[in-house]
Amino acid sequence: MSTITLEDTERRKAWGFVAPALLWTVAFFIVPFLFMAAMSLWSRQSGQIIRVWNLDNYFAFFEKDSLFKGLTNSLEITLIVTVLSVLLAYPLAWIIAERVPKRFQRLALIMAVLPFWTSYVVRSYSWLLVLSRNGVINQTLMTFGLISEPLEIASNRTATVIGFVHFFVMLLTLTIYANLIQLSPNYRRAAADLGANALQTFWHVILPLTLPGIMTGAFLTFVLCIGDYVTPQILGGNNELVLPQIIMLQLGRRADFPMAAALSIILMLAVTVAYVLCARWLKIERA
Amino acid sequence: MRDVLTKVASFAYAGLIYGFIFLPVAVLVLFSFQDGRLPVPPFNGFSLQWYEAVFADRKLMAALANSFVVAIVSSLIACLLGFLAAYALARYKLPGSALQRGLLIAPMTVSYLIIALGLLTVLNTFGIKLSLWTVGIGHVVINLPLCFAIIYSSMGDHHINIERAARDLGANDFKVMALVTAPMLMPSILAAFFLSVTFSWDEFIIAFLLSRFDVTLPVEIWSLLRSGLNPKTNAIGSLVFLVSVAVLAVLELTLFGKTKKS
Amino acid sequence: MTAPVSVHNATKIFGAFTALDDVSLDIEAGEFIVLLGPSGCGKTTLLSILGGFQSPTKGRVVIGGKDMTSVPPAKRPTTTMFQDYALFPHMKLRDNVGFGLRMRGMAKAERDEKALGFLDLVGLKTSADKKPHELSGGQRQRVALARALAVDPDVLLLDEPLGALDLKLRRQMQDELKAIQKRVGTTFVHVTHDQEEAMAIADRIVVMNQGRIEDFGPPADIYMRPRSVFSAGFMGEVNFIPGTVKHRVDASALVDTSVGDIALPLKSFTVGAPSPGQKVTLCIRPEHFRRAGEAEGPVVSLGDATITGSAFFGTHYRCHLKPSSAPDLSIVAHMPQSADVADGQILPLAVNLADIVALPAQSGRS
Repeated sequence: MSTITLEDTERRKAWGFVAPALLWTVAFFIVPFLFMAAMSLWSRQSGQIIRVWNLDNYFAFFEKDSLFKGLTNSLEITLIVTVLSVLLAYPLAWIIAERVPKRFQRLALIMAVLPFWTSYVVRSYSWLLVLSRNGVINQTLMTFGLISEPLEIASNRTATVIGFVHFFVMLLTLTIYANLIQLSPNYRRAAADLGANALQTFWHVILPLTLPGIMTGAFLTFVLCIGDYVTPQILGGNNELVLPQIIMLQLGRRADFPMAAALSIILMLAVTVAYVLCARWLKIERA
Repeated sequence: MRDVLTKVASFAYAGLIYGFIFLPVAVLVLFSFQDGRLPVPPFNGFSLQWYEAVFADRKLMAALANSFVVAIVSSLIACLLGFLAAYALARYKLPGSALQRGLLIAPMTVSYLIIALGLLTVLNTFGIKLSLWTVGIGHVVINLPLCFAIIYSSMGDHHINIERAARDLGANDFKVMALVTAPMLMPSILAAFFLSVTFSWDEFIIAFLLSRFDVTLPVEIWSLLRSGLNPKTNAIGSLVFLVSVAVLAVLELTLFGKTKKS
Repeated sequence: MTAPVSVHNATKIFGAFTALDDVSLDIEAGEFIVLLGPSGCGKTTLLSILGGFQSPTKGRVVIGGKDMTSVPPAKRPTTTMFQDYALFPHMKLRDNVGFGLRMRGMAKAERDEKALGFLDLVGLKTSADKKPHELSGGQRQRVALARALAVDPDVLLLDEPLGALDLKLRRQMQDELKAIQKRVGTTFVHVTHDQEEAMAIADRIVVMNQGRIEDFGPPADIYMRPRSVFSAGFMGEVNFIPGTVKHRVDASALVDTSVGDIALPLKSFTVGAPSPGQKVTLCIRPEHFRRAGEAEGPVVSLGDATITGSAFFGTHYRCHLKPSSAPDLSIVAHMPQSADVADGQILPLAVNLADIVALPAQSGRS
C-alpha cells in the first residue's frame, strides 16, 4: 500500500521551497563552523599545520597571559559598554515615548539613530577626530586654557568604550522605545487609578514590563560588542588588545589558523554563556 | 512647578545625548571641507578639494561600485531564499520545523568574525580563490536569517485563506507566491531587503577576510586609515553618510510613508 | 463604600468634534447605572471624565458631595475597570489585586489577605499564584473586577468590560456583575453598546447619542415609554408611523396617520402634551400588534394588512406586513408561535392603545 497522498505531494513541494535556504546555511555556515572547530584541535608548528587532534591551543589560551588577557579585556569592556549604553539610552527612549508629542516621535527617533548611516569604519574614525591629541576636545580645552597639555583620551580603553557606547546608545534607544510604545496606555492609567505616583508606576509597572526589551537589547549589545574588531582596533591603541584583535593577529602576522579557530570557539562560548544568563528574559518576550 | 522642572530636565538630557550622538558626525562632515591637510581644528576655510580627490581616486570608486553590486545581489538572494523558506515553514507542516527555523536563524547569534573565519578555513581547504563572490556568499549567510525572520514573522495566519482562495481559483504555488503572497507581504519584504542592503554595504570584517584584489568600500576606507587623520577619509565618509540619509529620506517619504497609512 | 455622583453641564470638545454636549446627570449612591449608546456617542468620554483621565472642557463632576472636576484619578474615590483589563502581566493575581493596597502602604501580609478575600469574591481564590496569561478571558475580567474593588472605591467605572467575551460567557458575567454589585453596594457606572446587556444589569439606563443624553430611566421605562425616537430605536425593534396631531379632545389627542385617524390618550405622549398641527412619530413594538378581536382592553384598529414575508423565531413568527391603507409602509409584527401564518394572508391589525408611544417627529437629527 504505497499510495501517494495529497499531503505527500504538498510536503515534497514544501521541502523544495525550504531546501535552498537550508542548504545555503548548512554549506556556508554549519560546515565552515565544523571545519573551524576541527581546525582548533590541530596546531601549527614551524609554518606547518600538524593534523594531530589535541587541546594544546586551549591549554595555551589559559596558560599564556597575552591570550587570556584578551578575553578578560573583552569581557570587561563589553560589560561596561552594555551597562553604560542601557543607562544612557533608557531615559532617552522614555523621553521620546512619553515627553515628545506623538507626531514628532518618529522624527525624534530617526534623528536619534541617524549616525547609524555613517559607514561603520568611518564612525570609529570620526571619534578619532574628536578624541585624538590634536582632536576637537583637546584643542577646544586648550583654547579656553582649561588644560595646558593634551589629554590622552584616544588610543586607550576609554576611547574604545566611547566609540562603542555611541553606537549602542542608538541601537538601544530604538529597541527600548519600541518596547515602551507597545505597552497599553491602560497599564499606566490603571496604576495611577489605583493610587501609584509617577515613580511607583515606573518602578512597579513600566520597568518590569520593559525588562524583556532591555535584556534583548543588552544581549544584542553584548554579542555585537564582544565580537567587534574595528572599534577597538581604531580607537583602542595597542596596550589592551581584545579577543577579536588577538584572533586577527593570529591570522595576519603568524598565520596560525588553528589558534585563531580555537580563540573563535572561546569567543562563541562567551556569547553562549551570556545567552544562557539572559535566556530567562529573552524567553518571556514570546509569551 | 515639578512638571516644568521634569520637562526642562528631560529636554536637557535629550539635548545632551543628541549632542553626544551627533558630535562625531558633525566633526566628520565639517572637516571634510577643510582647506588643509589635517581634519582637526582650526578650521582653515571651506574647500571641496577632498571631494575632488575622492572622485579622482579610481580604487575608491571601484570599491564603491563593488560594494553596491555585492549589497544588491547578496540582498536579492537572501530575500528570495528567506521568502521561500518562510513560505514553506509558515504554510506547510514539515517535520522538525522548529529545528529548521533555529538553523536558519542561527547565524544571527554568531559574530561576523567567526562566520568569516569559518568560511575562510573552508575556502582555503578547498583552494577556492577569494573574490567578490566569496564576500557575497558571506553576506548572504549573515542576511538570510534576517530576511527569513522578518518575512516569516509577517506571514500571519489571516493570509492563509486568501492564498487558499487563489489556489481554489486555479493558481499554482508559484503563481500564488508571486501574485498573492509576495504583494501582500511587500512592506516586510522591502524592509528586509533594505535592511540587508544596509548591513551588506556597511559590513567590514567578512569583506576584509574574504576578498583579495577587488574590495568593497569599507575595506578600501580601512586601508585609507593607515595614512592617519586625512580629510579625504572625511570626504568619503561624509559622502556615504549624506547619500544614505538622502536615500533614507526618499524611502521614508515614499515607500514607508505609504505603507504606514494603508 | 458608596457615593452619589453628579455631573453638571459637562462638555468635552476635541478640536472640531464635540464628544460631550452639555450633559447633566444625577446618580444615586449604590445604583447600577449603564451608559448605553452607539460608538462615538460620548459614553466612554463621560466615563473618562468621571474617572479623571480626561477633564471636561466645561462643567463639573461631583462625587460624594465633593467637587472632583480637577482631581487626578489616584485621588478620586473611583476605580476603573479597563476594556483590555490592563492586568499587569508580570504580577501574580494576588499582586495584581493587592497593587492598589500596596500603593496605599499596606503591609504585605495584610494586603495578601485582603487580596485573597477579593479573589474569593470573584471565585478565583485558588488561582492566586497564577499570572494573567494563564487565565481565560472571563477569568481575567474577574481579576480586573477584584483589583478595582480591592481599594474599596465609592464608585466603580466599567469600560465595556464584557466586550471581548463570547455571548454565552457574557450573559453569565452579567449576572455575576449584578450579584457582586448588590453584595458590595458600590455605585457602578458601566459602559456598553449592547442594549440587552444594559437591560440585564442596570438599575437605570442612560441612553446617549451624539454627545447628549437621549433618555434616562429604569430599563422597563426606557423600553416601554421611550422619550426619544433614537432611544426607542436603540432599545430594540420598533415600527415608526408618522402622523400629525389634528386636535385635542379632553384627555386625548387625535392623530392623523396613513393607517387612519388614531385617538391617543395624553399619557402616550411621553415628552409632554402635543399641540394641534404638530408632527409626531408613533412608536409600536412588533410584539404589540394583535389580530383585531384577539386584543384586550381599549384597542386601535389599523385596518387590514397583507403578510409579505415571515420567518419562525421560536418564541414567535416575525412577519413583514403591508397595510392596505398605506401600501408604502412596511410593518414588522410578531405573531404567536401557534399562529397560522402564510405569505399573502390578509389580517385585520390592531394595537392596544396603551402600547403606543407618540414622540415629536425628529427634524434634522437622527
